[in-house]
Amino acid sequence: MEALRRLEGGERPGRVLRIGCGAGFSSDRLGPAVDLLAEGRLDWLVLECIGERTMAFGHRDRRRDPSAGYNPRLAARMRALLPLCRRHGTRLLSDMGVANPAAAAERTIAIARELGLAGLTVAWLEGDEVTDIVDRDTPLLEGGTVGEAEGALLAANAYLGIEHLLPALLTGADVVLTGRVADPSLFLAPLVLHFGWEAHDWERLAAGTLVGHLLECGMQVTGGYFADPGRKEVPDLARCGYPLAEVGPDGEAVVTKLASAGGRVSAATVKEQLLYEVHDPTAYVTPDVIADFSRVTVEEVGRDRVRVAGARGRPRPERLKVTLAFDGGWLGEAGVSYAGINAVARAELAREILRERLLGIHGLRCPLRFDLIGVDSLHGTAGVGPVRTEDVRLRVACRTREREEAELVLWETEAILTCGPAGGGGFRGRIVESVTTASSFVARDAVHARVEVLEA
Amino acid sequence: MSRRVRLYDIAHARAGDKGDVSNVSVWVEDPAHYAAVRRELTPERIRAAFPRLVRGAVEIHALPHLLGLNIVMREALEGGVNRSLNLDGHGKSWSYLILRLKIELDPPSKTRVR
Repeated sequence: MEALRRLEGGERPGRVLRIGCGAGFSSDRLGPAVDLLAEGRLDWLVLECIGERTMAFGHRDRRRDPSAGYNPRLAARMRALLPLCRRHGTRLLSDMGVANPAAAAERTIAIARELGLAGLTVAWLEGDEVTDIVDRDTPLLEGGTVGEAEGALLAANAYLGIEHLLPALLTGADVVLTGRVADPSLFLAPLVLHFGWEAHDWERLAAGTLVGHLLECGMQVTGGYFADPGRKEVPDLARCGYPLAEVGPDGEAVVTKLASAGGRVSAATVKEQLLYEVHDPTAYVTPDVIADFSRVTVEEVGRDRVRVAGARGRPRPERLKVTLAFDGGWLGEAGVSYAGINAVARAELAREILRERLLGIHGLRCPLRFDLIGVDSLHGTAGVGPVRTEDVRLRVACRTREREEAELVLWETEAILTCGPAGGGGFRGRIVESVTTASSFVARDAVHARVEVLEA
Repeated sequence: MSRRVRLYDIAHARAGDKGDVSNVSVWVEDPAHYAAVRRELTPERIRAAFPRLVRGAVEIHALPHLLGLNIVMREALEGGVNRSLNLDGHGKSWSYLILRLKIELDPPSKTRVR
Protein backbone atom coordinates (compact mmCIF):
# COMPACT_ATOMS: atom_id res chain seq x y z
CA MET A 1 0.00 0.00 0.00
CA GLU A 2 2.88 2.36 -0.77
CA ALA A 3 0.57 4.29 -3.08
CA LEU A 4 -2.05 4.80 -0.39
CA ARG A 5 0.50 6.26 2.02
CA ARG A 6 1.04 9.09 -0.42
CA LEU A 7 -2.55 10.08 0.34
CA GLU A 8 -1.48 11.44 3.68
CA GLY A 9 -2.51 15.05 3.98
CA GLY A 10 -4.43 15.00 0.71
CA GLU A 11 -3.63 16.70 -2.58
CA ARG A 12 -5.10 20.14 -1.89
CA PRO A 13 -7.00 19.74 1.37
CA GLY A 14 -7.71 23.44 1.96
CA ARG A 15 -9.65 24.01 -1.23
CA VAL A 16 -13.27 23.17 -2.03
CA LEU A 17 -13.48 20.31 -4.51
CA ARG A 18 -15.77 20.71 -7.51
CA ILE A 19 -17.06 17.39 -8.75
CA GLY A 20 -19.71 16.90 -11.42
CA CYS A 21 -21.75 14.05 -12.77
CA GLY A 22 -21.90 13.72 -16.56
CA ALA A 23 -24.03 10.56 -16.80
CA GLY A 24 -26.25 8.76 -14.34
CA PHE A 25 -27.02 5.72 -16.44
CA SER A 26 -25.87 3.88 -19.54
CA SER A 27 -27.74 5.98 -22.11
CA ASP A 28 -27.76 9.30 -20.30
CA ARG A 29 -27.51 12.51 -22.35
CA LEU A 30 -24.18 13.81 -23.60
CA GLY A 31 -24.76 17.51 -24.41
CA PRO A 32 -25.27 18.69 -20.82
CA ALA A 33 -22.11 16.79 -19.79
CA VAL A 34 -20.17 18.80 -22.38
CA ASP A 35 -21.69 22.03 -21.00
CA LEU A 36 -20.88 21.10 -17.40
CA LEU A 37 -17.30 20.29 -18.32
CA ALA A 38 -16.92 23.50 -20.36
CA GLU A 39 -18.35 25.87 -17.76
CA GLY A 40 -18.25 24.07 -14.43
CA ARG A 41 -14.57 24.59 -13.48
CA LEU A 42 -14.57 20.97 -12.38
CA ASP A 43 -11.77 19.05 -10.71
CA TRP A 44 -13.46 15.78 -11.57
CA LEU A 45 -16.21 14.68 -13.94
CA VAL A 46 -17.74 11.31 -13.09
CA LEU A 47 -19.85 9.29 -15.52
CA GLU A 48 -21.83 6.55 -13.77
CA CYS A 49 -23.16 4.16 -16.36
CA ILE A 50 -23.82 0.71 -14.88
CA GLY A 51 -27.07 -0.72 -13.56
CA GLU A 52 -28.14 -4.31 -12.88
CA ARG A 53 -29.61 -4.35 -16.39
CA THR A 54 -26.67 -2.77 -18.23
CA MET A 55 -24.08 -4.88 -16.39
CA ALA A 56 -25.93 -7.92 -17.72
CA PHE A 57 -25.99 -6.43 -21.24
CA GLY A 58 -22.22 -5.90 -21.04
CA HIS A 59 -21.68 -9.61 -20.44
CA ARG A 60 -24.09 -10.47 -23.25
CA ASP A 61 -22.19 -8.19 -25.66
CA ARG A 62 -18.76 -9.51 -24.64
CA ARG A 63 -19.97 -13.08 -25.19
CA ARG A 64 -20.83 -12.15 -28.78
CA ASP A 65 -17.64 -10.15 -29.39
CA PRO A 66 -14.60 -10.32 -27.06
CA SER A 67 -13.66 -6.73 -27.93
CA ALA A 68 -17.11 -5.44 -26.83
CA GLY A 69 -18.86 -5.38 -23.46
CA TYR A 70 -18.04 -1.80 -22.46
CA ASN A 71 -20.52 1.07 -22.62
CA PRO A 72 -21.85 1.33 -26.21
CA ARG A 73 -21.78 5.13 -26.02
CA LEU A 74 -18.20 5.38 -24.74
CA ALA A 75 -16.70 6.47 -28.05
CA ALA A 76 -19.14 9.33 -28.62
CA ARG A 77 -18.72 10.51 -25.05
CA MET A 78 -14.91 10.40 -25.17
CA ARG A 79 -14.75 12.27 -28.48
CA ALA A 80 -16.78 15.11 -27.00
CA LEU A 81 -15.26 15.17 -23.50
CA LEU A 82 -11.55 14.39 -23.80
CA PRO A 83 -10.50 17.68 -25.46
CA LEU A 84 -12.37 19.66 -22.79
CA CYS A 85 -10.84 17.58 -20.00
CA ARG A 86 -7.43 18.55 -21.25
CA ARG A 87 -8.33 22.21 -21.73
CA HIS A 88 -9.74 22.60 -18.20
CA GLY A 89 -7.49 20.18 -16.33
CA THR A 90 -10.47 18.07 -15.31
CA ARG A 91 -9.96 14.38 -14.63
CA LEU A 92 -12.57 11.91 -15.82
CA LEU A 93 -13.66 8.83 -13.86
CA SER A 94 -16.22 6.37 -15.18
CA ASP A 95 -17.46 2.81 -14.88
CA MET A 96 -18.01 2.73 -18.66
CA GLY A 97 -15.65 -0.25 -18.78
CA VAL A 98 -18.67 -2.35 -17.69
CA ALA A 99 -17.74 -5.97 -18.55
CA ASN A 100 -14.55 -5.09 -20.42
CA PRO A 101 -12.52 -2.21 -18.90
CA ALA A 102 -9.36 -3.14 -20.84
CA ALA A 103 -11.13 -2.80 -24.20
CA ALA A 104 -12.74 0.45 -23.03
CA ALA A 105 -9.30 1.85 -22.16
CA GLU A 106 -7.83 0.79 -25.51
CA ARG A 107 -10.72 2.42 -27.36
CA THR A 108 -10.29 5.61 -25.35
CA ILE A 109 -6.57 5.73 -26.17
CA ALA A 110 -7.35 5.24 -29.87
CA ILE A 111 -9.81 8.16 -29.74
CA ALA A 112 -7.28 10.36 -27.90
CA ARG A 113 -4.77 9.65 -30.68
CA GLU A 114 -7.36 10.51 -33.35
CA LEU A 115 -7.97 13.79 -31.53
CA GLY A 116 -4.25 14.56 -31.30
CA LEU A 117 -4.21 14.42 -27.50
CA ALA A 118 -0.67 13.08 -27.25
CA GLY A 119 0.37 11.98 -23.77
CA LEU A 120 -3.18 11.50 -22.48
CA THR A 121 -3.18 8.66 -19.98
CA VAL A 122 -5.92 6.16 -19.18
CA ALA A 123 -5.83 3.93 -16.11
CA TRP A 124 -8.14 0.95 -16.05
CA LEU A 125 -9.13 -1.13 -13.10
CA GLU A 126 -9.99 -4.78 -13.18
CA GLY A 127 -10.74 -7.34 -10.55
CA ASP A 128 -14.45 -6.77 -10.07
CA GLU A 129 -15.20 -9.88 -12.11
CA VAL A 130 -15.23 -12.72 -9.57
CA THR A 131 -16.74 -15.46 -11.71
CA ASP A 132 -13.86 -17.79 -10.80
CA ILE A 133 -14.45 -17.31 -7.09
CA VAL A 134 -18.14 -18.21 -7.28
CA ASP A 135 -19.05 -21.89 -7.36
CA ARG A 136 -22.16 -24.08 -7.44
CA ASP A 137 -22.58 -23.87 -3.68
CA THR A 138 -22.39 -20.08 -3.43
CA PRO A 139 -25.63 -18.97 -1.73
CA LEU A 140 -27.84 -16.36 -3.38
CA LEU A 141 -29.47 -13.52 -1.47
CA GLU A 142 -32.72 -14.42 -3.22
CA GLY A 143 -32.57 -17.98 -1.88
CA GLY A 144 -30.97 -21.19 -3.17
CA THR A 145 -27.48 -21.48 -4.61
CA VAL A 146 -25.75 -20.69 -7.89
CA GLY A 147 -26.04 -24.37 -8.87
CA GLU A 148 -29.78 -24.37 -8.25
CA ALA A 149 -30.42 -21.20 -10.27
CA GLU A 150 -32.12 -21.48 -13.65
CA GLY A 151 -29.75 -20.87 -16.56
CA ALA A 152 -25.97 -21.05 -16.82
CA LEU A 153 -23.86 -18.57 -14.84
CA LEU A 154 -22.40 -16.03 -17.27
CA ALA A 155 -20.47 -13.81 -14.89
CA ALA A 156 -20.26 -12.49 -11.38
CA ASN A 157 -19.12 -8.98 -10.50
CA ALA A 158 -18.24 -7.66 -7.06
CA TYR A 159 -18.95 -4.04 -6.19
CA LEU A 160 -15.50 -2.54 -5.70
CA GLY A 161 -14.96 0.49 -3.49
CA ILE A 162 -12.47 3.25 -2.80
CA GLU A 163 -9.77 0.87 -1.57
CA HIS A 164 -9.64 -0.50 -5.12
CA LEU A 165 -10.23 2.82 -6.88
CA LEU A 166 -7.62 4.91 -5.06
CA PRO A 167 -4.57 3.12 -6.52
CA ALA A 168 -6.01 3.83 -9.99
CA LEU A 169 -6.55 7.49 -9.14
CA LEU A 170 -3.06 7.74 -7.62
CA THR A 171 -1.50 6.85 -10.97
CA GLY A 172 -2.41 10.43 -11.90
CA ALA A 173 -4.03 9.22 -15.13
CA ASP A 174 -6.24 11.74 -16.92
CA VAL A 175 -8.98 9.15 -17.35
CA VAL A 176 -9.83 6.26 -15.03
CA LEU A 177 -12.08 3.48 -16.32
CA THR A 178 -13.58 0.68 -14.27
CA GLY A 179 -16.06 -2.15 -14.35
CA ARG A 180 -18.44 -2.68 -11.45
CA VAL A 181 -17.78 -0.18 -8.67
CA ALA A 182 -20.35 0.92 -6.08
CA ASP A 183 -21.87 4.06 -7.55
CA PRO A 184 -21.14 6.46 -4.66
CA SER A 185 -17.53 5.20 -4.46
CA LEU A 186 -16.89 6.80 -7.87
CA PHE A 187 -17.48 10.17 -6.22
CA LEU A 188 -16.03 9.36 -2.81
CA ALA A 189 -12.62 8.29 -4.16
CA PRO A 190 -11.76 11.74 -5.64
CA LEU A 191 -12.84 13.36 -2.35
CA VAL A 192 -10.62 11.05 -0.30
CA LEU A 193 -7.72 11.72 -2.67
CA HIS A 194 -8.24 15.49 -2.52
CA PHE A 195 -8.78 15.90 1.20
CA GLY A 196 -6.64 13.03 2.43
CA TRP A 197 -9.39 11.49 4.54
CA GLU A 198 -8.32 8.52 6.63
CA ALA A 199 -9.44 5.02 5.66
CA HIS A 200 -11.35 4.68 8.95
CA ASP A 201 -12.78 8.19 9.15
CA TRP A 202 -16.31 6.81 8.90
CA GLU A 203 -18.02 10.17 9.44
CA ARG A 204 -16.27 11.85 6.51
CA LEU A 205 -16.55 8.76 4.34
CA ALA A 206 -20.30 8.81 5.03
CA ALA A 207 -20.46 12.52 4.17
CA GLY A 208 -18.70 11.85 0.87
CA THR A 209 -20.92 8.87 0.22
CA LEU A 210 -23.95 11.12 0.64
CA VAL A 211 -22.51 13.48 -2.00
CA GLY A 212 -21.92 10.52 -4.29
CA HIS A 213 -25.38 9.12 -3.70
CA LEU A 214 -26.99 12.47 -4.56
CA LEU A 215 -24.92 12.95 -7.74
CA GLU A 216 -24.70 9.41 -9.05
CA CYS A 217 -28.02 9.46 -10.91
CA GLY A 218 -27.21 12.62 -12.85
CA MET A 219 -30.24 14.80 -13.51
CA GLN A 220 -32.38 12.93 -11.02
CA VAL A 221 -31.23 15.56 -8.50
CA THR A 222 -31.56 18.54 -10.87
CA GLY A 223 -35.18 17.99 -11.87
CA GLY A 224 -34.77 15.20 -14.40
CA TYR A 225 -37.02 12.64 -12.68
CA PHE A 226 -39.29 15.08 -10.93
CA ALA A 227 -41.60 17.15 -13.13
CA ASP A 228 -45.36 16.65 -12.95
CA PRO A 229 -47.15 19.39 -14.91
CA GLY A 230 -49.38 21.51 -12.73
CA ARG A 231 -48.03 19.87 -9.60
CA LYS A 232 -44.21 19.95 -9.61
CA GLU A 233 -42.76 22.30 -12.22
CA VAL A 234 -39.20 22.21 -13.55
CA PRO A 235 -38.05 25.17 -15.67
CA ASP A 236 -36.55 24.49 -19.12
CA LEU A 237 -36.52 20.74 -18.60
CA ALA A 238 -35.52 20.28 -22.25
CA ARG A 239 -32.13 21.79 -21.39
CA CYS A 240 -31.88 20.26 -17.93
CA GLY A 241 -28.31 20.34 -16.61
CA TYR A 242 -26.29 17.72 -14.77
CA PRO A 243 -25.42 18.34 -11.12
CA LEU A 244 -22.17 19.35 -9.52
CA ALA A 245 -21.21 19.52 -5.88
CA GLU A 246 -18.90 21.94 -4.11
CA VAL A 247 -17.46 19.87 -1.30
CA GLY A 248 -15.60 21.14 1.76
CA PRO A 249 -12.91 19.44 3.85
CA ASP A 250 -15.36 17.70 6.20
CA GLY A 251 -17.60 16.53 3.39
CA GLU A 252 -20.19 19.27 3.80
CA ALA A 253 -21.50 20.07 0.34
CA VAL A 254 -23.67 22.28 -1.80
CA VAL A 255 -25.40 20.54 -4.69
CA THR A 256 -26.03 22.83 -7.62
CA LYS A 257 -26.04 23.09 -11.41
CA LEU A 258 -24.85 25.56 -14.03
CA ALA A 259 -26.88 28.76 -14.00
CA SER A 260 -27.08 28.51 -17.81
CA ALA A 261 -28.65 25.04 -17.69
CA GLY A 262 -32.30 24.19 -17.30
CA GLY A 263 -33.67 22.20 -14.42
CA ARG A 264 -34.03 22.86 -10.73
CA VAL A 265 -32.15 21.99 -7.55
CA SER A 266 -34.44 22.36 -4.54
CA ALA A 267 -35.00 20.73 -1.19
CA ALA A 268 -37.68 18.62 -2.88
CA THR A 269 -35.47 17.34 -5.72
CA VAL A 270 -32.68 16.58 -3.26
CA LYS A 271 -34.96 14.80 -0.78
CA GLU A 272 -36.41 12.56 -3.49
CA GLN A 273 -32.88 11.55 -4.48
CA LEU A 274 -31.75 11.13 -0.86
CA LEU A 275 -33.77 7.91 -0.51
CA TYR A 276 -33.62 6.77 -4.14
CA GLU A 277 -32.92 3.01 -4.06
CA VAL A 278 -32.29 3.26 -0.31
CA HIS A 279 -34.04 0.83 2.00
CA ASP A 280 -33.16 1.48 5.65
CA PRO A 281 -32.00 5.13 5.79
CA THR A 282 -29.88 4.35 8.86
CA ALA A 283 -27.87 1.72 6.99
CA TYR A 284 -26.91 2.58 3.42
CA VAL A 285 -24.28 -0.06 2.80
CA THR A 286 -21.41 0.53 0.39
CA PRO A 287 -18.00 -1.19 0.21
CA ASP A 288 -16.52 1.87 1.95
CA VAL A 289 -18.80 2.61 4.89
CA ILE A 290 -22.24 1.97 6.33
CA ALA A 291 -23.80 5.40 6.01
CA ASP A 292 -26.68 6.69 8.11
CA PHE A 293 -28.76 9.21 6.15
CA SER A 294 -31.57 9.37 8.71
CA ARG A 295 -30.43 12.70 10.18
CA VAL A 296 -29.28 14.37 6.98
CA THR A 297 -30.29 18.02 6.71
CA VAL A 298 -31.35 19.58 3.41
CA GLU A 299 -31.29 23.37 3.20
CA GLU A 300 -31.89 25.74 0.29
CA VAL A 301 -29.09 28.30 0.51
CA GLY A 302 -29.54 30.07 -2.82
CA ARG A 303 -31.13 29.73 -6.22
CA ASP A 304 -30.60 26.10 -7.27
CA ARG A 305 -28.19 25.63 -4.38
CA VAL A 306 -28.93 23.07 -1.67
CA ARG A 307 -26.62 22.40 1.26
CA VAL A 308 -26.57 18.87 2.65
CA ALA A 309 -24.92 17.74 5.88
CA GLY A 310 -25.41 15.35 8.76
CA ALA A 311 -24.58 11.94 7.29
CA ARG A 312 -23.02 9.64 9.86
CA GLY A 313 -20.92 6.54 9.35
CA ARG A 314 -20.13 3.14 10.80
CA PRO A 315 -17.34 0.72 9.83
CA ARG A 316 -17.54 -0.73 6.33
CA PRO A 317 -18.91 -4.27 5.80
CA GLU A 318 -16.50 -7.19 5.74
CA ARG A 319 -17.95 -8.70 2.59
CA LEU A 320 -18.49 -7.23 -0.86
CA LYS A 321 -21.81 -7.53 -2.66
CA VAL A 322 -21.77 -9.46 -5.92
CA THR A 323 -24.18 -9.36 -8.85
CA LEU A 324 -24.42 -12.64 -10.73
CA ALA A 325 -25.64 -12.78 -14.31
CA PHE A 326 -27.32 -15.91 -15.65
CA ASP A 327 -28.36 -16.89 -19.15
CA GLY A 328 -32.04 -15.94 -19.14
CA GLY A 329 -33.01 -17.44 -22.50
CA TRP A 330 -35.06 -15.22 -24.80
CA LEU A 331 -37.36 -12.29 -24.28
CA GLY A 332 -40.01 -11.94 -27.01
CA GLU A 333 -42.24 -8.90 -27.31
CA ALA A 334 -44.90 -8.12 -29.90
CA GLY A 335 -47.72 -5.63 -30.25
CA VAL A 336 -50.60 -4.34 -32.38
CA SER A 337 -52.68 -1.16 -31.92
CA TYR A 338 -56.40 -0.36 -31.92
CA ALA A 339 -57.85 3.16 -32.04
CA GLY A 340 -61.19 4.93 -32.38
CA ILE A 341 -64.69 3.96 -31.29
CA ASN A 342 -64.79 0.85 -29.08
CA ALA A 343 -61.01 0.43 -29.33
CA VAL A 344 -60.67 -1.05 -25.85
CA ALA A 345 -63.27 -3.73 -26.51
CA ARG A 346 -61.60 -4.69 -29.80
CA ALA A 347 -58.19 -4.84 -28.11
CA GLU A 348 -59.70 -6.94 -25.28
CA LEU A 349 -61.08 -9.34 -27.86
CA ALA A 350 -57.68 -9.56 -29.56
CA ARG A 351 -56.09 -10.29 -26.17
CA GLU A 352 -58.56 -13.11 -25.43
CA ILE A 353 -58.04 -14.63 -28.89
CA LEU A 354 -54.24 -14.52 -28.56
CA ARG A 355 -54.38 -15.99 -25.08
CA GLU A 356 -56.50 -18.86 -26.41
CA ARG A 357 -54.23 -19.44 -29.42
CA LEU A 358 -50.92 -19.34 -27.53
CA LEU A 359 -52.03 -21.19 -24.40
CA GLY A 360 -54.99 -23.28 -25.59
CA ILE A 361 -54.07 -24.22 -29.14
CA HIS A 362 -50.25 -24.16 -29.01
CA GLY A 363 -49.97 -25.09 -25.35
CA LEU A 364 -47.18 -22.63 -24.49
CA ARG A 365 -46.09 -23.00 -20.87
CA CYS A 366 -43.42 -20.27 -20.66
CA PRO A 367 -44.16 -17.06 -18.71
CA LEU A 368 -46.46 -14.94 -20.90
CA ARG A 369 -47.94 -11.51 -20.32
CA PHE A 370 -50.79 -9.79 -22.18
CA ASP A 371 -51.07 -6.01 -21.66
CA LEU A 372 -53.35 -3.35 -23.05
CA ILE A 373 -51.07 -0.32 -23.24
CA GLY A 374 -53.16 2.72 -22.38
CA VAL A 375 -55.44 0.63 -20.15
CA ASP A 376 -53.64 -1.70 -17.78
CA SER A 377 -50.04 -2.31 -18.91
CA LEU A 378 -47.98 -1.02 -16.00
CA HIS A 379 -50.31 -1.00 -13.02
CA GLY A 380 -52.48 -3.87 -14.16
CA THR A 381 -50.58 -6.18 -11.84
CA ALA A 382 -51.51 -3.89 -8.94
CA GLY A 383 -55.20 -4.35 -9.71
CA VAL A 384 -55.85 -0.70 -10.53
CA GLY A 385 -59.09 -0.42 -12.52
CA PRO A 386 -59.32 0.28 -16.27
CA VAL A 387 -59.27 3.76 -17.75
CA ARG A 388 -61.13 5.19 -20.77
CA THR A 389 -59.16 5.61 -23.94
CA GLU A 390 -59.63 5.28 -27.68
CA ASP A 391 -55.98 4.55 -28.45
CA VAL A 392 -54.78 1.25 -27.09
CA ARG A 393 -52.01 -1.20 -27.90
CA LEU A 394 -52.05 -4.91 -27.22
CA ARG A 395 -48.65 -6.10 -26.04
CA VAL A 396 -47.66 -9.73 -25.65
CA ALA A 397 -44.40 -10.63 -23.90
CA CYS A 398 -42.78 -13.96 -23.15
CA ARG A 399 -39.61 -15.25 -21.55
CA THR A 400 -38.50 -18.64 -22.76
CA ARG A 401 -35.52 -20.97 -23.12
CA GLU A 402 -36.71 -21.93 -26.63
CA ARG A 403 -36.30 -19.32 -29.32
CA GLU A 404 -39.02 -21.07 -31.37
CA GLU A 405 -41.56 -20.23 -28.68
CA ALA A 406 -40.68 -16.54 -28.90
CA GLU A 407 -40.93 -16.75 -32.71
CA LEU A 408 -44.38 -18.26 -32.33
CA VAL A 409 -45.52 -15.42 -30.07
CA LEU A 410 -44.42 -12.90 -32.72
CA TRP A 411 -46.05 -14.85 -35.55
CA GLU A 412 -49.40 -15.23 -33.83
CA THR A 413 -49.43 -11.58 -32.71
CA GLU A 414 -48.79 -10.40 -36.28
CA ALA A 415 -51.46 -12.78 -37.57
CA ILE A 416 -54.11 -11.23 -35.30
CA LEU A 417 -54.21 -8.34 -37.78
CA THR A 418 -56.32 -10.40 -40.23
CA CYS A 419 -57.42 -13.25 -37.98
CA GLY A 420 -58.88 -11.09 -35.21
CA PRO A 421 -60.96 -7.95 -34.48
CA ALA A 422 -61.50 -5.05 -36.90
CA GLY A 423 -59.05 -2.24 -37.41
CA GLY A 424 -55.86 -3.55 -35.79
CA GLY A 425 -52.57 -2.17 -37.12
CA GLY A 426 -48.96 -1.30 -36.46
CA PHE A 427 -47.43 -4.69 -35.66
CA ARG A 428 -43.92 -4.62 -34.24
CA GLY A 429 -42.08 -7.52 -32.70
CA ARG A 430 -38.60 -8.30 -31.44
CA ILE A 431 -36.70 -11.09 -29.78
CA VAL A 432 -33.68 -10.38 -27.60
CA GLU A 433 -31.31 -12.50 -25.57
CA SER A 434 -32.15 -12.21 -21.92
CA VAL A 435 -29.84 -12.14 -18.91
CA THR A 436 -31.21 -12.56 -15.40
CA THR A 437 -29.41 -11.46 -12.25
CA ALA A 438 -29.12 -12.43 -8.60
CA SER A 439 -26.99 -11.23 -5.68
CA SER A 440 -24.47 -12.75 -3.31
CA PHE A 441 -21.42 -11.78 -1.27
CA VAL A 442 -17.68 -12.51 -1.39
CA ALA A 443 -15.01 -12.02 1.22
CA ARG A 444 -13.23 -8.71 0.72
CA ASP A 445 -9.79 -10.34 0.65
CA ALA A 446 -10.86 -12.77 -2.08
CA VAL A 447 -11.01 -9.86 -4.52
CA HIS A 448 -7.77 -8.80 -6.19
CA ALA A 449 -7.94 -5.56 -8.10
CA ARG A 450 -5.31 -4.58 -10.64
CA VAL A 451 -4.55 -1.28 -12.34
CA GLU A 452 -2.91 -0.70 -15.70
CA VAL A 453 -2.07 2.60 -17.38
CA LEU A 454 -2.01 3.29 -21.13
CA GLU A 455 -0.70 6.41 -22.83
CA ALA A 456 -1.83 7.96 -26.10
CA MET B 1 -65.98 19.56 3.91
CA SER B 2 -64.22 16.31 3.16
CA ARG B 3 -60.86 15.89 4.82
CA ARG B 4 -60.13 12.81 2.75
CA VAL B 5 -57.52 13.67 0.12
CA ARG B 6 -55.32 11.86 -2.34
CA LEU B 7 -51.75 11.49 -1.12
CA TYR B 8 -50.89 13.03 -4.50
CA ASP B 9 -52.42 16.32 -3.37
CA ILE B 10 -50.29 16.69 -0.24
CA ALA B 11 -47.05 14.84 -0.99
CA HIS B 12 -44.59 13.92 -3.73
CA ALA B 13 -42.81 10.61 -4.19
CA ARG B 14 -40.06 8.75 -6.04
CA ALA B 15 -39.65 5.05 -6.73
CA GLY B 16 -36.41 3.09 -6.91
CA ASP B 17 -35.55 -0.58 -7.41
CA LYS B 18 -32.95 -3.08 -6.27
CA GLY B 19 -33.54 -6.62 -7.42
CA ASP B 20 -37.13 -7.53 -6.56
CA VAL B 21 -37.38 -4.81 -3.90
CA SER B 22 -39.14 -1.55 -4.68
CA ASN B 23 -38.84 1.49 -2.47
CA VAL B 24 -41.04 4.56 -2.72
CA SER B 25 -40.06 7.62 -0.73
CA VAL B 26 -42.98 9.90 0.13
CA TRP B 27 -42.40 13.55 1.04
CA VAL B 28 -45.22 15.46 2.72
CA GLU B 29 -45.27 19.15 1.88
CA ASP B 30 -47.16 20.70 4.82
CA PRO B 31 -45.95 19.75 8.32
CA ALA B 32 -49.61 19.81 9.43
CA HIS B 33 -50.28 16.74 7.28
CA TYR B 34 -47.33 14.61 8.31
CA ALA B 35 -48.85 12.94 11.36
CA ALA B 36 -51.88 11.79 9.39
CA VAL B 37 -49.79 10.39 6.55
CA ARG B 38 -47.49 8.63 8.98
CA ARG B 39 -50.47 7.14 10.82
CA GLU B 40 -52.32 5.99 7.69
CA LEU B 41 -49.47 4.69 5.55
CA THR B 42 -48.84 1.42 7.33
CA PRO B 43 -47.33 -1.78 5.96
CA GLU B 44 -50.76 -3.42 6.33
CA ARG B 45 -52.39 -0.64 4.31
CA ILE B 46 -49.83 -0.96 1.50
CA ARG B 47 -50.15 -4.74 1.34
CA ALA B 48 -53.94 -4.56 1.39
CA ALA B 49 -54.01 -1.90 -1.34
CA PHE B 50 -51.84 -3.88 -3.78
CA PRO B 51 -52.21 -7.55 -2.86
CA ARG B 52 -51.39 -8.80 -6.37
CA LEU B 53 -48.30 -6.65 -6.67
CA VAL B 54 -46.65 -6.72 -3.25
CA ARG B 55 -45.99 -10.34 -2.35
CA GLY B 56 -43.37 -9.88 0.35
CA ALA B 57 -42.90 -7.87 3.52
CA VAL B 58 -43.37 -4.12 3.69
CA GLU B 59 -41.30 -1.86 5.96
CA ILE B 60 -41.78 1.85 6.48
CA HIS B 61 -38.96 4.09 7.69
CA ALA B 62 -39.73 7.61 8.91
CA LEU B 63 -37.59 10.75 8.49
CA PRO B 64 -39.76 13.15 10.48
CA HIS B 65 -37.41 16.15 10.26
CA LEU B 66 -37.69 16.04 6.46
CA LEU B 67 -41.39 15.04 6.49
CA GLY B 68 -40.43 11.83 4.73
CA LEU B 69 -41.47 8.19 4.76
CA ASN B 70 -39.65 5.42 2.94
CA ILE B 71 -41.86 2.51 1.91
CA VAL B 72 -39.83 -0.62 1.20
CA MET B 73 -41.77 -3.38 -0.55
CA ARG B 74 -40.20 -6.81 -1.00
CA GLU B 75 -41.14 -9.15 -3.85
CA ALA B 76 -42.90 -6.21 -5.47
CA LEU B 77 -41.26 -6.07 -8.91
CA GLU B 78 -42.45 -9.31 -10.48
CA GLY B 79 -38.95 -10.75 -10.09
CA GLY B 80 -36.99 -7.55 -10.75
CA VAL B 81 -35.94 -5.71 -13.89
CA ASN B 82 -34.07 -8.59 -15.53
CA ARG B 83 -36.90 -11.08 -14.95
CA SER B 84 -40.18 -9.18 -15.01
CA LEU B 85 -42.37 -9.12 -18.11
CA ASN B 86 -43.84 -5.80 -17.02
CA LEU B 87 -42.98 -3.00 -19.48
CA ASP B 88 -41.94 -1.01 -16.40
CA GLY B 89 -39.65 -3.65 -14.98
CA HIS B 90 -37.97 -1.13 -12.66
CA GLY B 91 -41.34 -0.17 -11.17
CA LYS B 92 -40.46 3.48 -11.85
CA SER B 93 -44.18 4.25 -11.95
CA TRP B 94 -44.91 2.65 -8.55
CA SER B 95 -44.59 6.13 -6.97
CA TYR B 96 -47.84 7.03 -8.68
CA LEU B 97 -49.53 3.89 -7.36
CA ILE B 98 -48.74 5.01 -3.81
CA LEU B 99 -49.78 8.62 -4.49
CA ARG B 100 -53.23 7.34 -5.48
CA LEU B 101 -53.94 6.25 -1.89
CA LYS B 102 -56.39 8.36 0.12
CA ILE B 103 -55.45 9.99 3.43
CA GLU B 104 -57.89 11.11 6.14
CA LEU B 105 -56.48 14.41 7.37
CA ASP B 106 -56.64 15.45 11.00
CA PRO B 107 -59.17 18.18 11.88
CA PRO B 108 -57.54 21.61 11.54
CA SER B 109 -57.88 22.39 15.26
CA LYS B 110 -55.75 19.41 16.19
CA THR B 111 -52.89 20.19 13.88
CA ARG B 112 -52.84 23.87 13.09
CA VAL B 113 -49.91 25.41 14.90
CA ARG B 114 -49.63 29.12 14.44
